[in-house]
Amino acid sequence: MSKNIKIRKGANIKLEGAAERVKAEAPKATSFAIKPTDFHGLTPKLVVKEGDSVKAGSPIFYDKYNEHLKFTSPVSGKVSEIVRGAKRKILEVKIAPDGANSFEQFDVSDLSSDVKVKELLMASGLWPLIKQRPYDVVANPQDSPKAIFISAFDSAPLGADYDFILHGQKEAFQAGVNALSKLTKGKVHLNVRGESAPDVTFKEAKGVERNTFSGPHPAGNVGIQIHHIDPVNKGERVWTVNAQSVAMIGRFLLTGKADFSKTIALAGSEVEKPKYYTTVVGSNIASIIDGQIKAGDNRIISGNVLTGTQVSKDGYLGFYADVVSVIPEGREPQFLGWLAPNTNKLSFSKAYFSWLMPNKKFNLNTNMNGEDRAFVMTGQYESVLPMDIYPVHLIKSIMTKDLEKMENLGIYEVAPEDMALCEFACTSKMEVQKILREGLDLAQEELG
Amino acid sequence: MQFLRNIFDNIRPNFEKGGKLEKYYKGFEALETFAFTPGHVTHNGTHVRDAIDLKRTMFLVVIALVPSLLFGMWNTGHQHFLALGEMTGLADGLMDKFLFGALKVLPIVIVSYGVGLGIEFLFAIMKNHSVNEGYLVSGLLIPLVLPSEIPLWMVAVATAFAVLIGKEVFGGTGMNILNPALTARAFLFFAYPTKMSGNTVWISTAGESTVDGYTGETLLSQAYNADKGADFGGIAYDAAGNHFGSIADTMWASFWGWIPGSIGETSVFAILLGAALLIATGIGSWRIMLSFLVGGLVMSGIFNAFAVNSFMAVHPLQQILMGSFMFGMVFMATDPVSASQTEMGKWIYGFLAGFLGIMIRVFNPAYPEGIMMAILFMNVMAPLIDHYVIQANVKRRLKRVPVTA
Repeated sequence: MSKNIKIRKGANIKLEGAAERVKAEAPKATSFAIKPTDFHGLTPKLVVKEGDSVKAGSPIFYDKYNEHLKFTSPVSGKVSEIVRGAKRKILEVKIAPDGANSFEQFDVSDLSSDVKVKELLMASGLWPLIKQRPYDVVANPQDSPKAIFISAFDSAPLGADYDFILHGQKEAFQAGVNALSKLTKGKVHLNVRGESAPDVTFKEAKGVERNTFSGPHPAGNVGIQIHHIDPVNKGERVWTVNAQSVAMIGRFLLTGKADFSKTIALAGSEVEKPKYYTTVVGSNIASIIDGQIKAGDNRIISGNVLTGTQVSKDGYLGFYADVVSVIPEGREPQFLGWLAPNTNKLSFSKAYFSWLMPNKKFNLNTNMNGEDRAFVMTGQYESVLPMDIYPVHLIKSIMTKDLEKMENLGIYEVAPEDMALCEFACTSKMEVQKILREGLDLAQEELG
Repeated sequence: MQFLRNIFDNIRPNFEKGGKLEKYYKGFEALETFAFTPGHVTHNGTHVRDAIDLKRTMFLVVIALVPSLLFGMWNTGHQHFLALGEMTGLADGLMDKFLFGALKVLPIVIVSYGVGLGIEFLFAIMKNHSVNEGYLVSGLLIPLVLPSEIPLWMVAVATAFAVLIGKEVFGGTGMNILNPALTARAFLFFAYPTKMSGNTVWISTAGESTVDGYTGETLLSQAYNADKGADFGGIAYDAAGNHFGSIADTMWASFWGWIPGSIGETSVFAILLGAALLIATGIGSWRIMLSFLVGGLVMSGIFNAFAVNSFMAVHPLQQILMGSFMFGMVFMATDPVSASQTEMGKWIYGFLAGFLGIMIRVFNPAYPEGIMMAILFMNVMAPLIDHYVIQANVKRRLKRVPVTA
């Protein structure tokens, strides 16, 4: 039974610089990198050395605890540098493309069983596109999830529009869905936006349970959708795949080539002409943003402004990113900033005036707008988290490392991105996502 | 404001690591962040942040208190001149009354802020934590719940007690169990009862002789003593011993607030102005206010229906208009730290506080007000209420788990 669900709690953050629905080809990247840090909790084992030649789809490193789970090169070329951090932790494996664009060829003729599909996805490096709840980490291939969830829309600020990106990729998307449906005994849920008609890619997808979600962000977050349709209980596993990733998986299974090209939105107030670009996973950011952003002190974020990762101008596009956001830094102290009317600032509270301008698009910068404090205000987190969960108490239980309480209060159901709005709204400027991630790590370690 | 910015930038190195005033950094930080919202930027996590911070939040509560404060100043003067039998009309000598009151009230405010903020800064420097803005509100709440005749040294002692024992021992703002301002009031109430209740503390007579028949009783005390021969519940006395014409007049006077009482508590009108701001900005919980009001009306309605004495017979509307019911409802019960934190909990907490407040007021044999005790009691009970509300959520979650044989 497909469901129509209306989300009431939450809020849309309307920002300047939404990407225009136009696709352009980004210039070929001059350097690529695959970053183990994109895959939370992964311990990588390298299989290449600096100077090795690789093809697109050749393994770069694998998971220490599962040698079959490979992470592969998105492009053919030479391993140019292995960047290590403290304790020799691998931060980036850089690859210089050779321009030949040669692919490793996989045999995709037999997709009859889940074992075959898993083997192919793990060998080709596409498996990490499948993530699991609880804990929001790369799915463990040995698990059997009770359902697989695909969110067909991104409600985050400046989020990518999958209806636009996947228009005309119906076959690839369907092939991806077919493969995923082999991996679970339960249903594959495809959750589309309730306010507008979905693209034919989603509308005509077969073998899925189509649910609609309407309402403000985080309605498009897959964690919220799981909570309302088939919540995760202790010991259960649910897998999630981003809509564009489904099409990438499908494309691979149709062609046998690990093609990591994707469409991303370049958006934000500091972008000259925000629009969509086709590029490849792991491309250097410069290939996307060069000549596209305004002068000044800007922050480049691989991902959206709520959950993304800050990257430098010579950084790289993250593995999961569908958006590159560029917003101004906010390093200027403001005289009596707490007292000023600040009509250019956004607040969910009515202590500022932004609530009088519900349609205004804001140009927000990275200023904290205040200082760290202990919890004082109540009800703020609850009003932007559309889940039957007490977020402040959950966060407090994590701060005190009380595992039993964390479990009771619903740690299995949340991922940092689901509580990003809580972090935005917090008067006391708590680092909600960071704290939650620590809690998830602890729970995974202790409770499994 | 470049000038001020330069000053801060110039003296900053003294307070930073290695500077000679390093240990006073938190004090410097408090002043600097007060003048300039700092240029701190976000790290990973959310890259943008809501404009709201604790300074703005607390400042809006202070603004919400201003009508009560200004009215309290005028009323202090008004009650003084009434007692002397001079300028007894409401409109007479507006500025004289206001100035007289301001001279009485401002020193209390200054002492409260001075002592309270002094201790806050001291603790911030000693324990190396940031100065929390919570005291901006407590520092104004304390004077408003005291009688205007309170000796200043008592204000200082009570403030010190409230900040130290009510707040800092628990770890500062956000960790306290009891509302600090009510803690200060309760401390004075039990330590120096003769300065906190009775007929002589509410009105400043400045040593001059009062008019004949003048008592200085509050409405509550009149209602309370109604059993003992005085007349209430229909016809009440005003401060100068004149009859209010009717219960409607009594209500009228207690709504506007030209009656004896603590500095900020008398004018329901001024309090409602503040309440409107708190509710409009979402800073005060309307759930707590509404359920508190309902709780008070229900209890006084029950008393009214089954009255065996004249205090119980007081009209429910009159009950909530007099005394500190409204002030407690809007400014004390809604303190987010000491109140319940869950939505459901707020309904229960508010209702019980209002309900118990009227019950204590009417049945307490010692003194004729119970709101303070009721809110303090519910502050203590709030975590328990939250516990059961959350436990219900936990049970719902456990029920969902499919039963495996």
